[in-house]
Amino acid sequence: MIFDYNVIWENLPLYLSGLLVTLKLLAVSLVIGLTVAIPLAFMRVSRRIVVNFPAWLYTYVIRGTPGLVQLFLIYYGLAQFEAVRESWLWPWLSNATFCACLAFAINTSAYTAEIIAGSLKATPHGEIEAAQAMGMSRALMYRRIVLPSALRRALPQYSNEVIMMLQTTSLASIVTLVDITGAARTVNSQFYLPFEAYVTAGIFYLALTFILVRLFKLAERRWLAYLAPRKH
Amino acid sequence: MLNGYGANIADGAWLTIQLALISMVLACGLGLAGAAFRLSPVRWLAWLGDLYSTVIRGIPDLVLILLIFYGGQDLVNRLAPMVGYDDYIDINPFAAGVFTLGFIFGAYLSETFRGAFLGIPKGQAEAGVAYGMRSTQVFFRILVPQMIRLAIPGFTNNWLVLTKATALISLVGLQDMMFKAKQAADATREPFTFYLAVAALYLIITSVSLLLLRLVEKRYSAGVKVADL
Repeated sequence: MIFDYNVIWENLPLYLSGLLVTLKLLAVSLVIGLTVAIPLAFMRVSRRIVVNFPAWLYTYVIRGTPGLVQLFLIYYGLAQFEAVRESWLWPWLSNATFCACLAFAINTSAYTAEIIAGSLKATPHGEIEAAQAMGMSRALMYRRIVLPSALRRALPQYSNEVIMMLQTTSLASIVTLVDITGAARTVNSQFYLPFEAYVTAGIFYLALTFILVRLFKLAERRWLAYLAPRKH
Repeated sequence: MLNGYGANIADGAWLTIQLALISMVLACGLGLAGAAFRLSPVRWLAWLGDLYSTVIRGIPDLVLILLIFYGGQDLVNRLAPMVGYDDYIDINPFAAGVFTLGFIFGAYLSETFRGAFLGIPKGQAEAGVAYGMRSTQVFFRILVPQMIRLAIPGFTNNWLVLTKATALISLVGLQDMMFKAKQAADATREPFTFYLAVAALYLIITSVSLLLLRLVEKRYSAGVKVADL
């Protein structure tokens, strides 16, 4: 037999702790990313250039550069400046987990902002007219009608973004973190079994992707049921 | 410019562009084959196409790159003695990069192309058959030219993602602009400067691509009426 899976079996705890790191990175960056993305999306649908332009520039630059470069700029790049090294932020900015979360959150916020902005623009006119007819104030209309409706309709595209983000978290292994990919790299460097090590990592990611797809299908059935084609 | 590393990074940028372009050609071939498989009436071919696109799209690019580059090299060297070849086989990073990126983005493009083929009215292929064309003729003369217009938005997206993914190939030793920037950053201890310069170069490449592909889209949409809203 040319494959040796005993080593992988013995190192399963390492992969499982890597799985936890991956999930933690994913959850933290998605939560921060979404929180930043919502105000950005509102800026992106504004008709005023001074409001729209900064948000456009932000999403354009972030979406036009590789995540790897963004991560390196934050993790390696910022240390170049003495002001950063001496500031109170340094304990955080020299921490790989913090830098990875920050870079991933910035990355996903740009993509998510564009998704939500697209969904906001596609708000059916009748919903806004109905809100106005009910005498809602602008703030109330946004909070109760426009935002919930847009976020629901963004769900299918957002599920793609979450899966892309899961894949992006693998970059954390480059800045010394031991996520699933990091576990595979560790196993490879200790036992020199690259094929087995990376195939195992691939299986973990594949399983996670299937679970996420399934969860989003359930979420769509719950929150987008009113848009589903009629069954009878 | 850039402490004398400017020319070095420009060389790397040229390699990045070459890598992206050649990978995209391979990805288009694989994507077209994948889409044809997935739309095939032969059950096991369709299953094979679905398997390819699902598995590849469910695994991070970085893991696939490490798997194909290190794992592939290891596997080739474990298998080679069995067929009586005893020298160590070293895989060239550029060739490995082209193969890996082509293989990955072929899976993404097969999805784009499949959607585009499904968007062509059925009557088009039927008319081709009615004219007595063979199925390969219908595919290349009727379906592919019309599919291109429908596939351009998805293609643009994939091209941009691929361009950015080339940065990962620097991690397995290809001396693209990301690799050169890392070298310069280590030598000068000015990482921010060099990564920022490379970020700007990627932004230029993606911006120019967007402009060019918009022109292509206009060209292929000649004669198509758009609803004037």
